[in-house]
Amino acid sequence: MSSKDHGIHPESTRPPVIEPGYTFGSVTDKISAIALKKRTPLGWFIGFGITFMMTMMLMYTIGYLVTTGIGIWGNNQPVGWAFEIINFVWWIGIGHAGTLISAILLLFRQQWRTSINRFAEAMTLFAVTCAGLFPLLHTGRPWLAYWLFPYPNTMGMWPQFRSPIVWDVFAVSTYATVSALFWFVGLIPDLATLRDRAKRHGAKVIYGMLAMGWRGSAQHWHRYETAYLLLAGLATPLVVSVHTVVSFDFAVAIIPGWHATIFPPYFVAGAIYSGFAMVMTLAIPLRKFYGLEDFITMRHLRNMSKIMLATGLIVAYGYMIEAFMAWYSGNQYESFMIKNRMTGPYGVFYWLLIACNVITPQFLWIKKVRHSVAALFVISIVVNIGMWLERFVIIVTSLHRDFLPSSWEIYKPTVWDFSMFFGTIGLFVMLLFLFVRFLPVISIFEMRTLLPEAEVKEEPA
Amino acid sequence: MTSSRKPTIYGLIAEFDNPNKLLHAARSAHEEGYRRMDCYTPYPIEELNEAIGVRHTKLPFLVLLGGVMGGVLGYFMQYWINVVDYPLNIGGRPQHSWPAFIVPTFEMTILGAAVAAVLGMLALNGLPRPHHPIFNAPNFALASRDRFFLCIEADDPKFDLEKTARFLESFGAREVSDVEN
Repeated sequence: MSSKDHGIHPESTRPPVIEPGYTFGSVTDKISAIALKKRTPLGWFIGFGITFMMTMMLMYTIGYLVTTGIGIWGNNQPVGWAFEIINFVWWIGIGHAGTLISAILLLFRQQWRTSINRFAEAMTLFAVTCAGLFPLLHTGRPWLAYWLFPYPNTMGMWPQFRSPIVWDVFAVSTYATVSALFWFVGLIPDLATLRDRAKRHGAKVIYGMLAMGWRGSAQHWHRYETAYLLLAGLATPLVVSVHTVVSFDFAVAIIPGWHATIFPPYFVAGAIYSGFAMVMTLAIPLRKFYGLEDFITMRHLRNMSKIMLATGLIVAYGYMIEAFMAWYSGNQYESFMIKNRMTGPYGVFYWLLIACNVITPQFLWIKKVRHSVAALFVISIVVNIGMWLERFVIIVTSLHRDFLPSSWEIYKPTVWDFSMFFGTIGLFVMLLFLFVRFLPVISIFEMRTLLPEAEVKEEPA
Repeated sequence: MTSSRKPTIYGLIAEFDNPNKLLHAARSAHEEGYRRMDCYTPYPIEELNEAIGVRHTKLPFLVLLGGVMGGVLGYFMQYWINVVDYPLNIGGRPQHSWPAFIVPTFEMTILGAAVAAVLGMLALNGLPRPHHPIFNAPNFALASRDRFFLCIEADDPKFDLEKTARFLESFGAREVSDVEN
């Protein structure tokens, strides 16, 4: 983490990763003040209030769902899986960018990740929380969800490990655990900073307990950095495996449009694509309202837009291969599936998804667009919508007309499908509001290492 | 702890403005023969490890151990469940269909290693530890902001309250003070 690229060299044409003029003290004070200041801005209360109400809508939906049954949703044979799996895949995918930024970019020594990794990881954690709700509630009896895990029981039964659904339980629960650990380990030194800066007794005690007595000893830093690097190394294959396993839920089935070898890489690229779009959607208002333009600079936004463009092209390639394989396989069900997908009752969603996910990111080739915050914000939202549509199209169009025309049916979501989906968006943003208010949104100790004064040149007194 | 007991000395601490002075002081102290000492900094400084002879951590070994244990446990759990205790015929596939067991095995490996990395780091660092004598040092709250500290502990064989204090003062410290236990 102690590298030389501060991006502050005057001859560099790229914008810096941190604006010049900051010191250890000012970086610390500026970031910790967001969590520690006494007065909470009015805008925070408005945003929190709205998302809190959305969360209450989610709670109401869950209450009604649990007492009535999953029949309140629109899915039924032949579309037995609909919003709950669409939303699950969408949320899990969004989470992936957080791990990518914090782990993979760390291993590649990409200094610019430093100011966005903390809230990207928080985003991962909250997205996985929202994702987990859907399969949990789709079981119908969520209070028995522990049956999914292998544990000795009086029924004498065990899970069936040849099923991708069981793999998913392992992949997603491991992912949630490791993301939480990674996030918390990253927070420890900053919690110590907040403990030492806090004025109020309550804040001191709470941050103090969470910091676990961190004192910044050189011995501790050495083990800490080893652990952090190892965790990054472990999270990297993990994140790739998670969406691969999610894609196995589909690819292992024989449904036309799902049974494809392109699925794992195409899903992983799509996950990173949507995740970066979400990081952008969150980073742009965050840096504006909290005045963090000096830390989350244009350099970050430009780099993220380039990653979006690259992963967007991989996703476009995935769409192309899907269509090509449907034709090349010579399989009548596959070729019907793609024709039905493009021109059937849900055809408009397919073309909307192409417009959102394939056409829109092409604007990112233009330098002017990459330099415009407003344009990036709009594109990131369009991509988020497009990635949701992608999962809708993959899931619904493959299921609603499969092998047997007599079982064909049109799927329509109900109001409860939507209240649940928008409810999780509310929960996600509400958790982010709480996070921004009470924890350092940017990794303070890693920002210190980026400052020019962090470069150590031994000097006799 | 009765109030009549005089507090003992934990060590002497020197406070520096910047990492360069700290590094010089730490290296000199190590060369002078001091061994029981530690630096406290707001961010990790690799150069210090070598200067004060921070020992190689055995954490990577623990992580390897955790990963291997998670993987072995994960695989044999599936083998025992799906082959021995509760065999199911799934589409006529062999009972011991090992390729299907790879995914949970992989996830358990990662989980074991990650948990070992976090718990191992905390355990080797002796955390959580809510209180430590070093927090008694003046200005120590700034160790998590922009100050750099070097502490030579009283149980070092070469430690001498006056000599060590004079030694520390010679490196341009802002302040040298004693830390009570």
